[in-house]
Amino acid sequence: MQQRSVNDFTIRVATVNGSGSQSSNLVLTNAIFRMGIPVAPKNVFPSNIEGLPTWFDVRVSSKGYQCRTREIDVLVALNAATWRTDAASVRPGGVIVHEATYPVSGEAQRDDVTYYAVPFNELAKANFKDGALRKYLLNMIYVGVLAELLGIDEATIEAAIGTQFKRKPSAVTTNMDAARLGFVHTREQLTKRDAFALERIAGPTDGLVFMDGNRAAALGCIMGGCTVAAWYPITPSSSLCESFIQLADKYRVDKTTGEKNVAVVQAEDELAAIGMVFGAGWAGARAMTSTSGPGLSLMAEWAGYGYYAEVPGVIFDVQRAGPSTGLPTRTMQGDVAFAYQLSHGDTKHIVLLPATVQEAYEMAMDAFDLADRFQTPVFVLSDLDLGMNSWMTKPLPYPERPFDRGKVLGEKDLNRLESWGRYRDVDHDGVPYRTLPGTNHSSAGFFTRGTGHDEEARYSEQPDVWQRNLDRLVRKHDTARMAVPQPVTDERQNAIGLLAYGTTHHAIVEARDELRKDGIEVDYMRVRALPFSSDIAAFVRRHDRVYVVEQNRDGQVYGLLRAELPQHLIGRLHSIRHYNGVPIDAHAVIDPLLAAERQPAVVAE
Amino acid sequence: MTVNLIGLGRDVYKGLPTTLCAGCGHNSITNHLIKALFEYGVQPHKLAKMSGIGCSSKTPAYFVEQAHGFNGVHGRMPSAATGAKLANRELMVLGISGDGDTASIGLGQFVHMVRRNLDIVYIVENNGVYGLTKGQFSATADVGSTLKNGTPNEYSTIDICGLAIELGATFVARSFSGDGKQLVPMLQAAFSHRGTSIIDIISPCVTFNDHTGSTKSYSYVKDHELVANMPDFIRPREEVTVDYEPGTVQRVTLEDGAQVLLRKVDRDYDATDRIGALRTIHESRAQGEFVTGLLFVDPNVPDLCEREKMIEKPLKDLNEEDLRISREAWTTLFD
Ligand SMILES: Cc1ncc(C[n+]2csc(CCOP(=O)(O)OP(=O)(O)O)c2C)c(N)n1
Ligand code: SF4
Ligand SMILES: [Mg+2]
Repeated sequence: MQQRSVNDFTIRVATVNGSGSQSSNLVLTNAIFRMGIPVAPKNVFPSNIEGLPTWFDVRVSSKGYQCRTREIDVLVALNAATWRTDAASVRPGGVIVHEATYPVSGEAQRDDVTYYAVPFNELAKANFKDGALRKYLLNMIYVGVLAELLGIDEATIEAAIGTQFKRKPSAVTTNMDAARLGFVHTREQLTKRDAFALERIAGPTDGLVFMDGNRAAALGCIMGGCTVAAWYPITPSSSLCESFIQLADKYRVDKTTGEKNVAVVQAEDELAAIGMVFGAGWAGARAMTSTSGPGLSLMAEWAGYGYYAEVPGVIFDVQRAGPSTGLPTRTMQGDVAFAYQLSHGDTKHIVLLPATVQEAYEMAMDAFDLADRFQTPVFVLSDLDLGMNSWMTKPLPYPERPFDRGKVLGEKDLNRLESWGRYRDVDHDGVPYRTLPGTNHSSAGFFTRGTGHDEEARYSEQPDVWQRNLDRLVRKHDTARMAVPQPVTDERQNAIGLLAYGTTHHAIVEARDELRKDGIEVDYMRVRALPFSSDIAAFVRRHDRVYVVEQNRDGQVYGLLRAELPQHLIGRLHSIRHYNGVPIDAHAVIDPLLAAERQPAVVAE
Repeated sequence: MTVNLIGLGRDVYKGLPTTLCAGCGHNSITNHLIKALFEYGVQPHKLAKMSGIGCSSKTPAYFVEQAHGFNGVHGRMPSAATGAKLANRELMVLGISGDGDTASIGLGQFVHMVRRNLDIVYIVENNGVYGLTKGQFSATADVGSTLKNGTPNEYSTIDICGLAIELGATFVARSFSGDGKQLVPMLQAAFSHRGTSIIDIISPCVTFNDHTGSTKSYSYVKDHELVANMPDFIRPREEVTVDYEPGTVQRVTLEDGAQVLLRKVDRDYDATDRIGALRTIHESRAQGEFVTGLLFVDPNVPDLCEREKMIEKPLKDLNEEDLRISREAWTTLFD
């Protein structure tokens, strides 16, 4: 037997979608988490309702790494259609738990892995009379088998099942019985022959909870004072608005009258959704929509309107793999450059880039403040990995800051002022003052338009007026630079720097540790928003080479940096890209970085 | 100076000078709107003037200058209007659109606004062409109607009123830009109606669609109008002073207690009969005529805000205390 591998490996469960394996997968995840061992579950699922292959990876990591691993150590094979390729994908020395009837032959026949054949179907048939329930309970048997093999005790599984079926206590016993079948079968029929084990540890998961980024963002919307939400369903963003609706139904309804202090509209399309957001933002409500790439494409015209007419609104883009319909259930950081410049003409937006569940929550709140403060659309770009996967997180902190509603003139202000102009730059920060419809003052009204306008919001085609206004918008954008969430750096005067954003962060964390083992120390800056903070140029200046790591084919942020950084710094930038639809892993950072470092000629470009 | 019920002079309801062509039907509509708003006593600060893009959509600049206006993007005014109303349900939302803005690029939003019964007065200044882009056919052009260069329209027509009724609209009317007598009380009735009021106003484009061969020209309209009824608007608690001959008037009470009295003209018309309204629209069009009047009204359908059970207070006025989950409830979220 090889050396024991404790608390550091990846389990993959291969099933067919629609077979109800999700509960079992979450029970397994939760049970390991309860043993104090950090876990990172990743659901790799098809764009389909029933019948296509789906995989659920649970990374177990004593160090708390949250990114995907490329290699699979322990496979649970419950999908006949992918059996051969699944079996072939396991790392040498790994484990394959499989349905006993699958043939161990051809590609699936290996001499470098340990097989455990389990008659899942037979066990299920013999023990569960109800045919409809059978396929769900079958999955729970695998939980019992794996638990026994890896060393999770029955009490822990029972507790995890209790959590999973919190709202349906009647299901706890049936599911536990199914899991027990797995325990018993394993004890009686199988002999442990592999090296993988889980051992309870103290500390790392204390006080943590599981949450997905979409729910966290929805909580941010609630706490950020969003009152109007308009959306059109699209994976992977739907659960953001659905969570918002759930929360609003609970926390935004007057218990006695049943009246709501929120309005949610399922719009006819994304053009309408964003139109509603700007209509509401113009009239003074905090409004949001959530979408993904295809929807963002439809919002382009309105986005330019919001930018130029200066109307607040928050747009969540939970990115998926494009172009076109692309891979709707796979992840990508593919919309950053598009979102930043969304619309025709010279348009530049504020874009926030959350990397963690906590940031998904906090940046949602930030987005409403920034939208009001800068009277402009604010885009929050998360991705499928953050939005739809469950992550360990500290409980989200209660907000201590009041809303920042920005420069709004009310009746009293107007009485005091001799005159005001909607687009005057009174404070020299590029940010003008606005009034809201309904303000009872004869000078409150103005005409909001996407056509050329002067400081008083009057129609104008004058070249100098037009240019002056565009220049003011640049001034406003520059003010936003230092008001958006600033980069986070971890720096020790090394020659090499890594620059990343969003969920790529999690691969960087592991990659840096791995590189350190090889004697290569690299500094790290995590960018959290556009427009770029001036700290970014300073970071590049302090390094000989800066690798910009991102999850898209074209190096979108690398490109934006090349366009915006001072000329003499551009040569220091290098691009590392990952774009196969599954979340980035540490090797996708390490391998190209080492290759480039070993070939200075290539590095120089 | 004559003032209205809320003590404002007529001037308050005026806007900037028009920049549209002299003789454009849209200018007449603007004047009728000024009269209707003034007489009705609309509070300027409560008025939200919404529009899309087109000559017609420019007109909100030409009335009630004090009011807030939102000149959005082409065909998407309904969504912006929806958002504005949700943010502040105290606003009186008045949307101005064109036939291109509504029936081509904006058809989807129009349809869904009607389905939701958004509380809005939605005016289509219908000239059968795209005025602002210089005279291409719109989807409301009649089959056989010609462009200035003689090209006939061969594609079937979208009848805005027929479509709106089909979709379940709760207030559907048609009029002519030159007919202030019919239009002003019709607009006022729409101001009092709670829900979507669609007013399709035939509004000739003198520059691109007023020639022989056009079915939206001044002369064609004069010769082919079939008047279903003439509305009189009676505000809430106001007494009806005119004597009507029995059987000549249909009386409809609106949400706020105002009444609209519909004087029958060419025929015995029932404005509360949805199917009958559709039949009249189809029959008149088959005869090359177009029917005007308050074609259909149902004052008793909940609007979007009511269906969504929204609080009366404008959402825009809510603060942290109203909107955030309490500290006690917050901790239970992470148990
Ligand atoms: C997305 C987009 N496409 C095209 C245009 C060009 N455009 C401006 S107005 C207009 C047609 C307006 O027609 P209608 O609504 O009938 O208004 P009218 O000018 O006839 O009053 C078009 C096509 C535009 N502004 N936006
Ligand atoms: S082009 Fe036609 S619609 Fe436009 S302003 Fe002139 S007459 Fe009116
Ligand atoms: Mg037109």
